[in-house]
Amino acid sequence: MSEPVTPDSSRKKRTLLQFLSDYFHDIHALREYLLRKQILKGNRKNRSFADIQEKYGPYVTGALFILKQGGAVKFQDKEWIRPNERGHFPTEFLEFRKVPVEAVDASGCAINYQGMSNLPVPLKELRFLSLQCCPNVDDWCLSRLYLLADSLQELSLAGCPQVSERGLACLHHLQNLRRLDISDLPAVSHPGLTQILVEEMLPHCEVLGTDWAQGLKLEPDQQPQNTPSPVSP
Amino acid sequence: MSEFKKKIECILPGKQWEELYDTSHLPPKQSDVVIVGGGILGLSVAFWLKKLESRRGAIRVLVVEQDHTEHLAVVDAPLVDLRYNPSGCLLLASEKDAATLENNVKMQRQEGAKVCLISPEQLQNKFPWINTEGVALASYGMEDEGWFDAWSLLQGLRRKVQSMGVLLYQGEVTRFITSSGQMQTPSGEQVVLRRINEVHVKMDKSLEYQPVECAAVINAAGPWSGQVAELAGIGKGLPGTLQGTKLPVEPRKRYVHLWHCPQGPGLETPLVADISGVYFRREGLGSNYLGGYSPTEEEEPDPTNLEVDHDFFQNKVWPHLAQRVPSFKTLKVQRSWAGYYDYNTFDQNGVVGPHPLVVNMYFATGFSGHGLQHAPGIGRAVAEMVLDGQFNTIDMSPFLFTRFYLGEKLQAYNIL
Repeated sequence: MSEPVTPDSSRKKRTLLQFLSDYFHDIHALREYLLRKQILKGNRKNRSFADIQEKYGPYVTGALFILKQGGAVKFQDKEWIRPNERGHFPTEFLEFRKVPVEAVDASGCAINYQGMSNLPVPLKELRFLSLQCCPNVDDWCLSRLYLLADSLQELSLAGCPQVSERGLACLHHLQNLRRLDISDLPAVSHPGLTQILVEEMLPHCEVLGTDWAQGLKLEPDQQPQNTPSPVSP
Repeated sequence: MSEFKKKIECILPGKQWEELYDTSHLPPKQSDVVIVGGGILGLSVAFWLKKLESRRGAIRVLVVEQDHTEHLAVVDAPLVDLRYNPSGCLLLASEKDAATLENNVKMQRQEGAKVCLISPEQLQNKFPWINTEGVALASYGMEDEGWFDAWSLLQGLRRKVQSMGVLLYQGEVTRFITSSGQMQTPSGEQVVLRRINEVHVKMDKSLEYQPVECAAVINAAGPWSGQVAELAGIGKGLPGTLQGTKLPVEPRKRYVHLWHCPQGPGLETPLVADISGVYFRREGLGSNYLGGYSPTEEEEPDPTNLEVDHDFFQNKVWPHLAQRVPSFKTLKVQRSWAGYYDYNTFDQNGVVGPHPLVVNMYFATGFSGHGLQHAPGIGRAVAEMVLDGQFNTIDMSPFLFTRFYLGEKLQAYNIL
């Protein structure tokens, strides 16, 4: 019931609204309303672009969706198109109706499960997809990536807080994948073991995972006498 | 001194004021809807009743659950982690069932499910650990199919309905106080219609009970729904008449086994349901697998206790597992446990909706092991029935109670 999903909101001091909502029904209702509005805002960002697809074709629709979210798009044989700090982007790509999109960089975007239907369905020849540090990408989203099985060669999921090993299990459809980056996934319980299992699942793919020393903590009496480089905890 | 403080607290506004004794542990004296059973179906109905009510706080809902081993306090966690595994379900079919499977898949695809049919050769390519002997066709869910942690869903739902204002109490429903009246059907027959006026909720380990006046009662008591229905007088009449038709839901014991197999199927394993009725799925990262088997009518274990029969696994489950997945020959069982299905002996499908004679009792039970997956939809259907008097979103009239009297079966296949 607290403010947007931050794990440290319980550790922060309670805000005035939180304090008051324990005592007044009106404030409680107000906080529920604000939460609902926030969810609706997230849904609006991920709404379906199907009506634009009829007019402009699948590639332009997918590109427009990504650019509006703040990501970058690369059409085949063209340069990367990125929005600037104000969120404006050049609109010349609206002419590229027949040119397939080959790379999408959606790092840090608020794309979620609903929005994923705007990605793999239209963009059939996508070769490179980066979903680094997307806060709303979770296991449900990964189950939708099977549609890109024929074309996807590089995928990066580094730093997504909601992706766990259960979502990684459904990447087995992507048999053409050559590079997979699954480093720094906090929701994965055993990163080393997961990496081994994923490597077994995708034999032709190079899996970039966690640092092997991660999770190893030396006992105080076992620490070596001279440590040229400290082991990262 | 603390007694005095307690009395002062009772008098303050917002607390229950009882002059003679403290009744804060008892359920309230009045409630608009009483839901018997606080499992997934009961909580689902409570959730939808509160969500669809016309204005905030319009309906007072009370959920009575007989058995809970932890406290009812709300834990302040940000999101419910359902531990959803989107790995899909693989249903195998032999020659004689292949046509049924194909029809089912066609119907599911029409409704929008992303399921596909695979031939044995494609199956062998995709999952090299499987032995396709005897398999004519398989159906595989590509998207939005898998399994999740039911317990965390239950806890999350419980937390949510509490935040919406539903009262959850622990107790046993021992009696219904009903009143009846004679009515005439359009064809001139006399029927006796019954209304439940009060529900007696007995507290745990004591003889104390609280009569709760209510307007509607929802029977979501799972395996014990048949007993609860008998308390309301359903089934007390001449056999063959509507009064004499009992609710055919009874508890059936089912085992689930957890085993370890070091060279077993990999991370991409879906939930596999074999031709023989044996099913299994992966559990966690450490080569553990979970599975079970529904016994035939003759082999039904005794439902009076939850003891596990380990020979059942040896004789009935393991041979089929080893035949389908050769690496399972070297498995080792770690744990087994048993649970109850609310088994519908008539057609293994659920009962939803009001009873024709006891007018304010609604059923949401009898799904014979499939209640979890249908729970949100059933919850909404029953909530619509209570609030609007009809099914709005999905027409659930084939699931009404009257089919037991009329003898129209709505057979459910592929019971796992």
